[in-house]
Order: sequence, then C-alpha cells, then structure tokens
Amino acid sequence: MLLVTCPICGAEGDETDFHFGGQAHIARPATTNPEGITDAQQREYLFTRINPKGLHFERARCDRGCGKWFHIARDTMTMEIKAYYGVTELPPPDIIAQAKGGWAELFAERTAHAKKTK
Amino acid sequence: MLKPRYSIFSLARNAMNYHKDWERAWRSPNPKAEYDAVIVGAGGHGLATAYYLAKNHGMRNIAVVEKGWLGGGNTGRNTTIIRSNYLQDPSIAIYELARSLYEGLSQELNYNMMFSPRGVLMLCQTQHELRAFQRTAHANRLAGLDCRMVTPAEVKQIVPIINDDPNCRYPILGAYYQPRGGTGRHDAVAWGYARGADDMGVDIIQNCEVTGIQREGGKVVGLETTRGVIKTKKVGVVTAGNVSTVMDMAGIRMPIESLCLQALVSEPIKPVIDCVVMANTVHGYMSQSDKGELVIGGGTDPYNNYSQRGSFPALEHTINALIETFPIISRLRMLRQWGGIVDMTGDRSPIIGKTPVDGLFVNCGWGTGGFKAIPGSGWVFADTIANDRPHKIAEAFTMDRFTEGRFIDESVAAAVAH
Repeated sequence: MLLVTCPICGAEGDETDFHFGGQAHIARPATTNPEGITDAQQREYLFTRINPKGLHFERARCDRGCGKWFHIARDTMTMEIKAYYGVTELPPPDIIAQAKGGWAELFAERTAHAKKTK
Repeated sequence: MLKPRYSIFSLARNAMNYHKDWERAWRSPNPKAEYDAVIVGAGGHGLATAYYLAKNHGMRNIAVVEKGWLGGGNTGRNTTIIRSNYLQDPSIAIYELARSLYEGLSQELNYNMMFSPRGVLMLCQTQHELRAFQRTAHANRLAGLDCRMVTPAEVKQIVPIINDDPNCRYPILGAYYQPRGGTGRHDAVAWGYARGADDMGVDIIQNCEVTGIQREGGKVVGLETTRGVIKTKKVGVVTAGNVSTVMDMAGIRMPIESLCLQALVSEPIKPVIDCVVMANTVHGYMSQSDKGELVIGGGTDPYNNYSQRGSFPALEHTINALIETFPIISRLRMLRQWGGIVDMTGDRSPIIGKTPVDGLFVNCGWGTGGFKAIPGSGWVFADTIANDRPHKIAEAFTMDRFTEGRFIDESVAAAVAH
C-alpha cells in the first residue's frame, strides 16, 4: 500500500485518498503544432506509455485534501516514493540523473528545450 | 520421442510401483545455437503458441525461453474463468475460438484441464448494466453464441446463496448467462501444452532470461539471453506484464501500462456455488474451486506496478462488494492472496501481430482476462508467426489500430472499470 503526502497541502493518506492519473510529462502535440501533427504522433500522445520496471514518473490528485494535481517519482518494483514535485515542474536533478531508457531521453529533451527558451 | 499416454491403465501400472516411475512431462534441454522460431515467455499463451506452431504448421526446430519457471506468471495467478461473452465482433471471434478449443483440449493433449462448463452468470445491478448486458446478449446471439438473459428469480434458482433483497443498494435486476462458460485448471493448461509441445520436439528452456534482441537492417537475427546467444529469424514475444520491458530492447514503445491485479481464496468449505458469478457494478467475481475454496477476484490497483503483490484497498473493495452479494461468506477466513501483473492497453483489448521490426511478433495486452483466451490466442498467434501475416481472427488486433483509430473498445463494452 502506498502512503502518500500531498506536497501542496501536506495531507497524508494512503492510496485511496489520492487519485492516480498515469504517466506524467505527456505533452500534447496539438498544443504547439495543431496543423502539422501526424496520426502516429497522436497515437504516441494518447496511448504509447513509458512503462518501466523501476523509476517511474506519474501524476496524482489530492482527492481528500486540496484537490490539486501533483507529480510523484516512484519505483514500480519497490513502491518507494522518491520525490514529489509540481505539475509544471521537472523532477529534482538528482532524480533525473537516476532515470533510464525512455525517461532519460524525455528529460534530456525537456532540459535542452528549457535551456534554449531561457 | 512419443511419451506413453496417461490413462487408467498407466495410473494402475504406476500405482503398483508407488508412483516412482512416472516419466518427466517435458525435457529440460540446453538451448541450441539456432532455431527457426523462438517464443519468449512460457506462460499459457506462449506454450500454446509453440504447440500450435508445431502441430498446425509443422515447425519442429523451435524453442520457448522463460526467465522463471513454466507457467509461473499470470497463468498461475488468475481466477481460471473461461467465457466468451464480449461485445465486439473481433473479441467474440477470438474468445469463442478459445472457449470452444477448451472443450476438447483434455482429450487432444491427453492431459486433464478439468474444463468445467458450469456456467457464467454476470449480474445486472443497475438499469444501465441491465441494458448493456441485453445489448451484449443480442450481439452474442447474432454471432452464434449460446447465451441468454435470466430473471432475478432464475438467478436465485441458479445461485441460491445470493442476496435477492430488492431493497439493497445494488439489487439483482437480472443477469446475463453463458451456460457453456466455466472454469479450468490453470496450471494444467500450461503443463498440458508444455507436454504436448515437448512431445513434438519443442525445446522449453526455463531460467533463461532474454537480455537483448539482436537486429540487422531492421530484421531480427537473434536473442541475447542469460544462457547465451540464440540465433533465430522469428521471435514471438508473449510476456504478459513485462512486455514493455522486452519490447524496449527492440526500441519499440508499447501502448501498454502494467498494473497489479489481485485475487484471493477463502478457506475451503462444502459446495455452495456451482457456477461463476460476476458482479461488475460492485466489482467482484467468485466461483468455487474443486477443493472447496471460494476463488475471488476484483479490480486492479490504480497505479503502475511490477511487484506481483498488490495492496489491501483493492482487496477490501472486492470483499465488501461480495459480502453484500453473498452474505453467507462474511465470516470465512482468507486462505491466501496473490497478485499478477497485467498489461493494459488503451481499449482493453489485446495486441496480436507484427511489429515495426521484421521477424518480431508480439502477443500482449490481454489485461485482466488472458486465461480464457489461451488456446485461441496460441492458435492465431502461431498462424501469424508461421505465415508472417496476421491470422484472419487476429487482423483486428494489430498495433496499427491505435494509429488508425479503429479500437475494439471492450472497457466500455464490459461496463466495468478494468
């Protein structure tokens, strides 16, 4: 059973006090490029998921507290929650450094993009 | 190579010798350097695939590799229910193929699957559910399936222990009944297919984990495993909950999320229920095993999970629902509980077919209901691998459907939160 602490209002509870919203950091391609998206991109956005055995990043909502969405970095084998962070944020750098596979690629892309826009 | 058949005479003969001389049901060979095809995953679906590759397509130089032990994944972690009452035509076709194959499987494999067509009753506890199942019943009858709707009075007759109080929160308004559905012996399905495949020369290699998929020019050329490199031009990945991690090795990201689905059994009691009852609105299903345990299953945990354990809230939710439906079970003790990792697709239907890598085939995404499909799944997947194009029944289940938008949306059809 997961014991979760809401990073926004501080409410503590088990998994039934929160709503889990699946994979985090899914960017909707139509937001930046509404005309140019392909069927394949739309499929990626809607259905394709990074589904690792190990470190995973997901969304959750504080159902019985403030009602806000936030992000969790969690290990899908040990169930250990490694970090909480905001819905508009990237995970803490030390957690990003542990990310592998699809997650490592995604964060590399996002960090490069963030640097460029600065 | 042919093994002696199991029969009353072989039982008597071996009884004379205190059962010390039974032959091994399958060999434990070392992997050869090269095979015509390799199946990854020795669960029910993988072993059935190998069996039908050998039997229907005459392929003999093939292997099944398994990281753990044969039948140790979801084949050994389910509630053994067999039914084919799905709504969409492609689903009806594949699940009914499987159900009808189950009927003759014990004879064909000379291995007792204990297929017990005791009937599956799906309760309707809201007006919405009643109408949804009426629609399913019509669709199923049009497809030639043996099924009917039954009244609350008939439900009480079929399952006398059910709570038929019309004033409870979710009263029984009727039920969908598939009399030829039922249960089977889950381990025996894996063991029977393993013995049958081994008989035809298929190498079943356990404790052999795949660590890499070798490709050259977009084609599969071999597998890296913990027991060395195996050369092959055809690979069928049938690894249930772990399919994302295996397909990652070939650079293919799947439309799959892995969740934990739990089940439990009560302490064994005298026979109280002789069919399978599914209550989808309150979310629990129950049948009684031959040992007398009540076999109970419910919903998945809400988050990605590879731990094969699951957590208490999902169990509590299921048990709450079933205690209201069957008040007499309230004081039974739980004997054991287990979790299996199920791979969920966006439309809750499986993915069967080719992948962007030549020679790499995948069969996954059976979600919470793979056991019932084992024979049919193996049948069509073997045909797909042997002929390098989807079997007619598997055509609708290719991965392209997520790009093309032609879903087989059974999560809506089932009217239950899978």
